[in-house]
Amino acid sequence: MTDSRNAATLTLDPGGNAPSLLLRGLRKSFGDVVAVDGLDLEVARGECFGLLGPNGAGKTTTIEICEGLTEADAGSVELLGLDWRTGAGELRQRIGVQLQETQFPDKLTVEETLRLFRSFYRRGISVDESVQRAQLEEKRGARVGTLSGGQKQRLAMACALVGDPELLFLDEPTTGLDPQARRHLWNLVDALKQAGRTIILTTHYMEEAERLCDRVAIMDHGRVITQGTTQQLIASLGAEHVVEFAVAERQAGKLDVAPLLAIPGVQSHRVDAGLHQLSVGELHTAVPSIFAALDGQGLELSEFRTHSATLEDVFVSLTGRTLRDE
Amino acid sequence: MNRLESSSLFQLTSMRFRLFLREPEAVFWTFIFPILLAVGLGIAFRNRPADVLQVGATTAQLSQALAADKGLTATTMDEAAGTRALATGSILLLAIQRPEGIEYKFDDTNTDARTARLLADRAIQTAAGRREAVRAENQLVHETGARYIDFVVPGLLGMNLMGSAMWGLVFPLVEARQKKLLKRMVASPMPRWQYLASFLLSRLLLLVIEVAVFLGFAGLAFGVPFRGPLWELALLCVLTSVAFSALGLLVSSRARTMEAASGLLNLVMLPMWILSGIFFSASRFPAAIQPLVRALPLTAANDALRGNMLQGMSLGQLAAPVAILLAWAAAAFAVSLRIFRWR
Repeated sequence: MTDSRNAATLTLDPGGNAPSLLLRGLRKSFGDVVAVDGLDLEVARGECFGLLGPNGAGKTTTIEICEGLTEADAGSVELLGLDWRTGAGELRQRIGVQLQETQFPDKLTVEETLRLFRSFYRRGISVDESVQRAQLEEKRGARVGTLSGGQKQRLAMACALVGDPELLFLDEPTTGLDPQARRHLWNLVDALKQAGRTIILTTHYMEEAERLCDRVAIMDHGRVITQGTTQQLIASLGAEHVVEFAVAERQAGKLDVAPLLAIPGVQSHRVDAGLHQLSVGELHTAVPSIFAALDGQGLELSEFRTHSATLEDVFVSLTGRTLRDE
Repeated sequence: MNRLESSSLFQLTSMRFRLFLREPEAVFWTFIFPILLAVGLGIAFRNRPADVLQVGATTAQLSQALAADKGLTATTMDEAAGTRALATGSILLLAIQRPEGIEYKFDDTNTDARTARLLADRAIQTAAGRREAVRAENQLVHETGARYIDFVVPGLLGMNLMGSAMWGLVFPLVEARQKKLLKRMVASPMPRWQYLASFLLSRLLLLVIEVAVFLGFAGLAFGVPFRGPLWELALLCVLTSVAFSALGLLVSSRARTMEAASGLLNLVMLPMWILSGIFFSASRFPAAIQPLVRALPLTAANDALRGNMLQGMSLGQLAAPVAILLAWAAAAFAVSLRIFRWR
């Protein structure tokens, strides 16, 4: 079944306009643990696509199947119109890969590492250019062991870019980096987007996905639970704002939610560790009414704040859990 | 970029070479340690003009009689002190004056002690007036190639070839697996065979230096003989190194942690350190385990190296150990390429 579909795709489209990535019915288990549970995805050329989800959602397994490092139990994987079974050699030349936690040899220099990786590709950019793109000019002759976390991550990125790939996989590129190093790496990704590269990245930072990705898919328990542009996903909440408040401790549990939900513009309510969250459409009309309703119940507030809805809120509303929950 | 620089095999090999040279400990164990060991053994087992054996005696008269023999130095001590000296090895034999005659106290499983017993008895009997029945003269021969240092140098060479090939492959490979570098490498278009071949190539390059330095030192400092053709000796070194590289690849093919790899390495190398005739001849082991001892790659390597260097045997005469080494290389490569874990 898989084979006939591939054959059909290949005859209809020799690869030129095929999507950069096409996953159909992907499944993968490790023993009893189902890591990927029937996944479908399509990423267009030139898109920056984010795979989002908490740890253990199956993001890394999915991306490693795409990279040809792990074999799926079932389903089909097609990259740039090619298939790992028949076009592995060609695919390796055309994709760039950055894995989670690769440690390059400490005693090689930045330049030596890049020269090594460059030698694996038939075509690509020069070592000079990749040093420059990763903004590692000053560290060119330094040993990898002396680099900071952010610099190491940029080196990993540079190694993924030396072959001038059409399709780039970044697995949690900024995990463990400080905010400055993270912004630095984001700028690198921006430059690649402008150059028209297709980028597929995984992250569990919502703000990273919002900042970088044209489209995102949110994964949980090995499945895609929703996908679309950031704006679409946030709009799907039906409310652009989130009001968070907490009731003084001695009054906890006295809150009656019904009057709050009756306020025009309030879409939903949930409570997490004593913190109440309301999804709200129009802040300026809803907030006074919320205050009035709480006052009417004689409740004293210990906290009150609002923020624009984020992908985090999308995840919370779909799963009832926060992303950082392990 | 010129053609050599853009060759991935060249880049991988020079990476291995650089990483080795930037690891001071590895350089020490590979190049310096075997020389230190040879020097140490050379000093400990140097052929002294005449081995003077330490003995003790309970009376001054006995000591005097013993000291008359050039092969003995005698100290006077009472029986209790002499027994202690015997136990600590500072004397080999204690001659005790008894009313009825002389009693020798010594360990008959120690060759030197038995020699001391013969010399001591001869000296005492001579002092007491014994005359030789037959006149005898000595003609002394000190032939190179029969000394302990001549025996031990090829053994050390074999041991070093084993150690450097095994450590040199196992540690970097397991480290690369542990640090997810192997996985990153196979995610690139790098041909996998080149990655493994780069280990062999850099090993062979280092081999040239390592063997030349060690054998050069042994030849110059101790006059160890090279009786077989040098190119055949070189070939034997390469073959030994290839066989142990294959074994190293096998050891590193599954291990995920350094601890697991170290354990496996010791399991593989320890029996050979003991059984394969590095410091003493492997033929000393009982006949029952000889087939096992002979089948070990280090025994084969040491036999072949000694055959070439000490006996001047040709490759044809060394067919048996060479075949054993080839078999180990082929089998270990075949199995490890099949089971090698790339991630």
